[in-house]
Amino acid sequence: MISTTAILKEIQIMNNKTGQNQLFFLHWLDRTSRFFSGIRLPEWFHKEDKNYHPFRIMVDKEISDHVKSWRFIILIAIIALTCLGSMYTAITNISKAVKPDDPVDAFFFLKLFTLSDGTMPSFFVFIGFLGPLLGIGLGFDAINSEQNKGTLSRILSQPIHRDYLINAKFVAALVVISVMLFALSFLVTGLGLIMIGIPPTAEEFLRIVTFVLLSIIYVAFWLNLSILFSVWFRQPATSALASIAVWLFFTVFSVLIISLISKAIAPSETATPQQILHYEHLKLNLMRFLPNELFSEATTTLLMPTVRSLGPLTMEQVYGTIPGPLPLSQSLLLVWPQVTGLIAASILCFVVSYVLFMRREIRPR
Amino acid sequence: MDCIELNDLTKKYGSYTAVDHLNLTVRKGEIFGLLGPNGAGKSTTILMMLGLTEPTSGSVRVCGINSITNPIEVKRKVGYLPEDVGFYDELTGMENLVFTARLNCISGKAATHKAEHLLRRVSLSGDAHKKAGKYSRGMRQRLGLADVLIKNPEVIILDEPTLGIDPKGVREFLELIVELSKEEGITVLFSSHHLHQVQKVCDRVGLFVNGRLLAEGDIQTLSKKLFTKGTYAIEAGIAPSASDTSAFAGKKYSAEEVKKVLQSLDGIIDVMAKDDLFVIECSHDATTEIAKAVIASGADLYYLNRKEYGLDDIYYRYFEGDSDHE
Repeated sequence: MISTTAILKEIQIMNNKTGQNQLFFLHWLDRTSRFFSGIRLPEWFHKEDKNYHPFRIMVDKEISDHVKSWRFIILIAIIALTCLGSMYTAITNISKAVKPDDPVDAFFFLKLFTLSDGTMPSFFVFIGFLGPLLGIGLGFDAINSEQNKGTLSRILSQPIHRDYLINAKFVAALVVISVMLFALSFLVTGLGLIMIGIPPTAEEFLRIVTFVLLSIIYVAFWLNLSILFSVWFRQPATSALASIAVWLFFTVFSVLIISLISKAIAPSETATPQQILHYEHLKLNLMRFLPNELFSEATTTLLMPTVRSLGPLTMEQVYGTIPGPLPLSQSLLLVWPQVTGLIAASILCFVVSYVLFMRREIRPR
Repeated sequence: MDCIELNDLTKKYGSYTAVDHLNLTVRKGEIFGLLGPNGAGKSTTILMMLGLTEPTSGSVRVCGINSITNPIEVKRKVGYLPEDVGFYDELTGMENLVFTARLNCISGKAATHKAEHLLRRVSLSGDAHKKAGKYSRGMRQRLGLADVLIKNPEVIILDEPTLGIDPKGVREFLELIVELSKEEGITVLFSSHHLHQVQKVCDRVGLFVNGRLLAEGDIQTLSKKLFTKGTYAIEAGIAPSASDTSAFAGKKYSAEEVKKVLQSLDGIIDVMAKDDLFVIECSHDATTEIAKAVIASGADLYYLNRKEYGLDDIYYRYFEGDSDHE
């Protein structure tokens, strides 16, 4: 209290002597800061004085670059808006989705993420669709823009390992993506909580967290792919186009191609059940070459606990089962191959870009 | 002590040899000029010194450290200013410098302090908080110099640092380099195709063409090595005496006539007329004898100069020679 009045007095004095305004302000600042210095701030707060590892500094810089860039703001705006839209349709339709004697009722909350009335895709479909765009957007000019700006040779002539640069780019983008996806999902969760008033159970919450982790892995795959193109191509425009072309190919054309192929090899109507089963497996395995298919299979299983199998089931297998949701551990077990596939694909992209970058001669622009 | 040692350094791109068995030593504290036309392999050599590209064969040692196996240690001691250096446009000049400093493990406050000092040094303190994207070419180059100096280097390597700066900027930049080298005892490797700039600042020069070092030494040694092939060139302005009433009055001497005047002297090899002057080639330094002989003959001697060759001449002379080889 005493210090507050002292400060107020000083402000009055300041007003009287306008000429010395600045001096007094500095004095005042000094006093207030001395007042607050009694409170000890944690060690990490005094960032300036600490001698961080160069890698940490590079990651810091990349993150701040991403967060400040228009590109990221636009991407986050698109994703946030579409997610809010899908959230809205889910909430307006949720009352119709609940059936009185539905055993899935226990997973009422997850419907927020999966429900759709056909006009607007659900939250997880949107993440599957826009996630690649986010990954591509954050990675397509990682290396080649540094080269074109002429900063690449300057940074690499500092005493740091060469892979710090590419690792920092990857880690920074991954951190940004993770924070963003977690924030977005928790916002959707919180908003849903307010709107429908039913809290999620622990398992539902864990399912949401695993879904976000899965989405991060999926976006990381596209991030690595676009970093690969940014090492490969000299022009950011080329690498952006190449990444988008791959994305379009996977989401649109490859599905067409696979349906063409599967039509061509379709068994005749008189085929034995084994043949048909074999064909169905083949069709599914072809689809599983596509990362988006892996992602949608995995997220469907995680967010809809009633999904019991991702392949065709025979009547024998289904016979005698009690229709009920799977526990989280079983759902995870079911999607484990898909998750492994996604991680493997992203590691593959990263390794190729790493090797390309490490062997490259660093010329000034 | 040798600061940079290159031994039989070779770099091949497929069948093309960019650097061909290069041997070069740069002593501590000197300013060494690497002079050569574009595409001579200067930049490639520099990249190999920094471990930014691997040599096909040979060894590089900078400050006694092998650049191929231990580039990090080398880069700790060497500051490199690439030609047309780039900065992060969205950061200010100050932030760019602090970023580099912190990559060199200088803590935040010390980095800011140091950056302020260096920005004053390169007279950019007024623009310290301007975005680097708004800097002009010359300012960027000066910021580059500050960026190189912030890690307290023992060696600085400047690759065509004066490209695209106006003459005044170039002069200031070169003066700054000389000043720094002398004050802080920094070894400087200066690569350029600008003869005059190299001549102005460098203690020693290496002439670098097609991946090979043709000659090395200070400017005098170089001109001796490349030019005269053991002969001296003396420029003389000789005219008939104004008081002369003979047939020569008002006329110009021809080379033949001058030769006649000088024929009594030893070691005169050739006399050529070049514009208003005569270039006398002789086997030893005959400047005094020529002066005496001309005066004795009654003609006027209005100009006499033992020719010092500039790098310009060295350069052209070499390329004349080069075209002779092919």
